[in-house]
Amino acid sequence: MYTQGLNVTDTGKPAAEDPAKLARFQVKVDAEDKIEPNDWMPEAYRRTLVRQISQHAHSEIIGMQPEGNWITRAPSLRRKAGLLAKVQDEAGHGLYLYAAAETLGISREDMVEQLIAGKAKYSSIFNYPTLSWADIGAIGWLVDGAAIMNQIPLCRCSFGPYARAMIRICKEESFHQRQGYEIMVTLSTGTPQQKAMAQDALNRWWWPSLMMFGPSDKESLHTADTMQWKIKRFSNDDLRQKFIDATVPQGHHLGLTFPDPELKRDETTGHWHTGEIDWSEFKRVLAGDGPCNRQRMKAKTEAHEDGAWVREAALAHARKRAERAAAARMAAE
Amino acid sequence: MSEAPMPLWEVFIRNRSGMPHKHCGSVHAPDAAIALQAARDVYTRRGESVSVWVVPSSAITASDPADKDELFEPTGTKIYRHPTFYKVPDDVGHM
Repeated sequence: MYTQGLNVTDTGKPAAEDPAKLARFQVKVDAEDKIEPNDWMPEAYRRTLVRQISQHAHSEIIGMQPEGNWITRAPSLRRKAGLLAKVQDEAGHGLYLYAAAETLGISREDMVEQLIAGKAKYSSIFNYPTLSWADIGAIGWLVDGAAIMNQIPLCRCSFGPYARAMIRICKEESFHQRQGYEIMVTLSTGTPQQKAMAQDALNRWWWPSLMMFGPSDKESLHTADTMQWKIKRFSNDDLRQKFIDATVPQGHHLGLTFPDPELKRDETTGHWHTGEIDWSEFKRVLAGDGPCNRQRMKAKTEAHEDGAWVREAALAHARKRAERAAAARMAAE
Repeated sequence: MSEAPMPLWEVFIRNRSGMPHKHCGSVHAPDAAIALQAARDVYTRRGESVSVWVVPSSAITASDPADKDELFEPTGTKIYRHPTFYKVPDDVGHM
């Protein structure tokens, strides 16, 4: 999902944990008690969460770029206001998540540095270009739809700050998906050219959206641990299937077709089955070689560097005012 | 390049219902005025609030989770602090 880059072996082996503490921790998790930042937790739990929450935050921040691309060219004021609010939400979601990760003892500055240095991942989905206005519809409908599917179970994650951030985020995201689907409905019921735009957007975004759920369960490395710790509640493939089952009828309602000749409904189970996902594309994009990886990182790096003087000046101004206030107090005494 | 850390502030908002200010998250900002502005932008985009507080995170003193039992367990046995501990004759009615 927004945290697909978790599928790497943790190289630094954590020191052996105290079995008594570990057992108490697991009892607490099993009882559905929340783990809070100052509570004892296994080192591997902390590391997994830092990696997952920071990747999630980076995805929200980088995710502003593909959609931000269309703000100035939105076809109406109504659409522009909606898109602007959505992109603002993504910034807010990134900030909630950085704050949640910081409770685990990593600073936001460190996380941003890791992203810019290319050491941290973000979701592969944001490395695809937004070529037409219809892509804004497809992103809201499919990308945010997939994100919601993944994020709802995260509201019950065992780590309190992450769960609370996800509750806020889920409340806000349902507008994102609806605004996207509304754009798709408008285009699909418009002129033949508009309908063709909607179809083209679906063709390009369908497979990357399915890849958002991460590698198949057969290849997923950390599922057992994260399930036991109740960070994750459903496997990648289970969530992907839920998304497919929910989304295919919505696409048919639009009168559009999915770019998958093997897509068919199993009449006994009611599930929709897709063809095989091109995992080589997924790995390529995640590793940095997607259509827009370089462009996204360049824009992020520039924004960060160009803003450095503002942050420095704001800190200097705050320091100066604090010093003046202190001097005035001294003089008055 | 390692940047100077931006101070951390805890954000509390009061919603319309007149309930007390409630912790909702945190923001980074150089000073209180900008922290307030950032808190408004980040945590009140949908009319969630009629009032915002920001407090430097470093100014908060928190209890240690290790002391949880010592601090909070003793009240578990003090059931006489609850109204249901006391018997009132049925015919007196609601009290």
